[in-house]
Amino acid sequence: MQRFARRGLAVATSLALLTSVAACGDDGGSGGGGAPVPGVTDTEIVVGTHMPLTGPAAAGYSSIAPATKAYFDYVNANGGVHGRKITYKIMDDGYNPANTQQVVRQLVLQDKVFAILNGLGTPTHTGVLDFLKSNRVPDLFVASGSRSWDQPEKYPFTFGYNTDYTVEGKILATYIKANHAGQKVCFLGQDDDFGRDSLVGVEKILGAGTVAAKQTYVTSNTNVAPQIGAFKAAGCQVVVLATVPGFTALSIGTAARLAFKPQWVVSNVGADYNTLAKSLGEAAPLLEGVVGTNYMPMNNDTANPWIQLFTKVNQAHNGGAPFDGNTVYGMSVGYLFVQALLAAGKDLTRDSLVAAVEKGGFQGPGLAPLRFSRTDHSGYGGARMSRVTAGVQGYFGPAYETDEVDGPVREYAVAPATPPVNGIPTVS
Amino acid sequence: MNAPTRVTAPASAAVGSAGRGNRLRRSTLLRHLAVALVAALLLVAASYGLEPFRNFQLATVAAYLCATAGLTVLTGLNGQLSLGHGALMATGAYTVALTQGRFLDSGVTSGWLLVVSLLASVLVTVAVGAVIGLAAARLRGPYLAGLTLAVAVVVPAVAITFDGVFGGEQGLSVPVEPPPLALGPYFPYERWQAWLAGAAMLLTMLLLANLVRSRFGRALRAVRDDEVAARLAGIHVGRTQVLAFVVSAGCAGLGGGLLAVLAQSVSPGAFSLTLSLFLLMAIVIGGLGSLAGAVWGAVLLVALPDLTHSVTELFTLSPSVAQRWEGNLPLAIFGVTLIVVMIAAPGGIHGLLTRAGRLLARRRRP
Repeated sequence: MQRFARRGLAVATSLALLTSVAACGDDGGSGGGGAPVPGVTDTEIVVGTHMPLTGPAAAGYSSIAPATKAYFDYVNANGGVHGRKITYKIMDDGYNPANTQQVVRQLVLQDKVFAILNGLGTPTHTGVLDFLKSNRVPDLFVASGSRSWDQPEKYPFTFGYNTDYTVEGKILATYIKANHAGQKVCFLGQDDDFGRDSLVGVEKILGAGTVAAKQTYVTSNTNVAPQIGAFKAAGCQVVVLATVPGFTALSIGTAARLAFKPQWVVSNVGADYNTLAKSLGEAAPLLEGVVGTNYMPMNNDTANPWIQLFTKVNQAHNGGAPFDGNTVYGMSVGYLFVQALLAAGKDLTRDSLVAAVEKGGFQGPGLAPLRFSRTDHSGYGGARMSRVTAGVQGYFGPAYETDEVDGPVREYAVAPATPPVNGIPTVS
Repeated sequence: MNAPTRVTAPASAAVGSAGRGNRLRRSTLLRHLAVALVAALLLVAASYGLEPFRNFQLATVAAYLCATAGLTVLTGLNGQLSLGHGALMATGAYTVALTQGRFLDSGVTSGWLLVVSLLASVLVTVAVGAVIGLAAARLRGPYLAGLTLAVAVVVPAVAITFDGVFGGEQGLSVPVEPPPLALGPYFPYERWQAWLAGAAMLLTMLLLANLVRSRFGRALRAVRDDEVAARLAGIHVGRTQVLAFVVSAGCAGLGGGLLAVLAQSVSPGAFSLTLSLFLLMAIVIGGLGSLAGAVWGAVLLVALPDLTHSVTELFTLSPSVAQRWEGNLPLAIFGVTLIVVMIAAPGGIHGLLTRAGRLLARRRRP
């Protein structure tokens, strides 16, 4: 008898658990009385993202999504978009592709988000492309410069945002060719499409086989001494870094310990001065002379109207968080998304949103052209060189634009747009 | 494994009106089959009642259960500690990814290929488990923990080092066929996943349950309780330990393979040392030494991260605090739960339930 009581209890408990799980399975989503579009009601648009709030890439990147959210809150406080408030669900994936799989499924299947916005990371986002495609979820403005996002045929709902790593690599190499001709150039890249795409761009300009030493790193191993040691042994004079901020700081710090002082030339995604200075702490002076790229207004350029706007939003809706390049980036993503929502019209559907982005023609804070069209899903198409001088990161020279294949690197002279008076885009 | 010596009637006769009959009570195999059948029906019913995301979680629980059940056999019944089961799961997962990828390259498509891949993952992991088991059988206590810990660290590192084959940190994608057309064109993919993982899990549980109740299962426990006594009783201790490791590894491999199929991708980050530790914690909290405890452990593995996320959403925290909470809270909760369970209920969740069941039964007696 005892055994039956026990077993009965076990089965009863499992059943109770299952039903409770089923019962709370319907708490997310739009709840808008059977709204035809997931995540959209008359009063709300639910959007989700995956970000490294913890883990090896959290340094710097963890402040992007809160900045985007702050801009949305600013728009919401001013009446929202077509009367709808934007809710931004931020999920931590720790820069671990396995976690990204989980949290994106949760966002799409359970929280029923309307779109995924600015999901961060090359290795992380690559793993969810197929899932998002099969669920027909708009996958906008991926926070990475991998060329994978620009495949309109294969992934019709995915759009990039960052200047792609190959374009950026070409611009970096153009700078090296002009200023460090004849010097030994070496390359350290992340061991995925980020590092690979960047190297392709560098070699397109400098020529294949001209890079003296090529090394890779993985984010799970925070020891880059072997790679930096190899550069020192090879006599590198210029080192190109396709690294996330934590590993930019690690590389520069490790090199200093080995008494190795090359000219650092860093990819935009790992070149934000404030983030690096915070990581290096006392050793921040090592950043003197570091060259990078950017395509957003500099966070310390207080004369820039965009920076004034974003500073205001940061004070009012982001608790006055440290204002760095990631903050500017996050808010500019928010601005572009609001532009896309406005362009998609009052009758918002997933298809109308994708069509609006493909129509393109967006003007924003960027220094490079935004290249959205039916055949191009890549995002920003250029960058401008920056340098750290006396602890201040500033631009020098013109902005450049180019393509990810064999096109020339050209100067881009179009001045960025000025923001609207109240800081909220209008239907163009 | 020895077949039940009693003559068994066809299962169909036993299930049903004879549900409480003598035969069912006496024949382990029939009883387990009946339980598996009921569980299968429950699974199918649940998969129709649940939302897509819950179905995906159900499938994930099933995948984890293969691994936790195997680990329970090893640690709970045979007394061998393993801190490396996450790595064995990785072995299975990468095997599935590589075989599925190879099938796709060679242009063979069939729903049955997945079964082949999963079998391959079991076989490869069994081979790896045999090697580790041979070493493990000679080690005790902290030395065994150290060896398995090394395995947990080495396997993901191998995947990163040989990135040409294993795709480095980005990992590999696992091409998986959509549900068979026979189920209809709009059959929800997540429900299919729940069926797939559920079927594999039930088969594993059935085999393990029979194994545990067999002579081999008794040998396992005898070796755990007293090696000298077991030797005196004629049990080959070393062989028993290696076999336990092999069985447990095979289950972990299947679990990992299923996870790869569910996520449609594998990456070393999914099988870090943390996973190995979580597996061990899960079976301890669930209840060491019984397969039912492994079920609770698997449920915990899936429910806890989800739960903590809901908890963090309840509080409106400043962004920086929320960030710090988000990744570390599951770890903290797991750790605290482990300590509380060890102090308050050493038998784990299942032990608590059994005790409650006993109390109920006693109260019912006049």
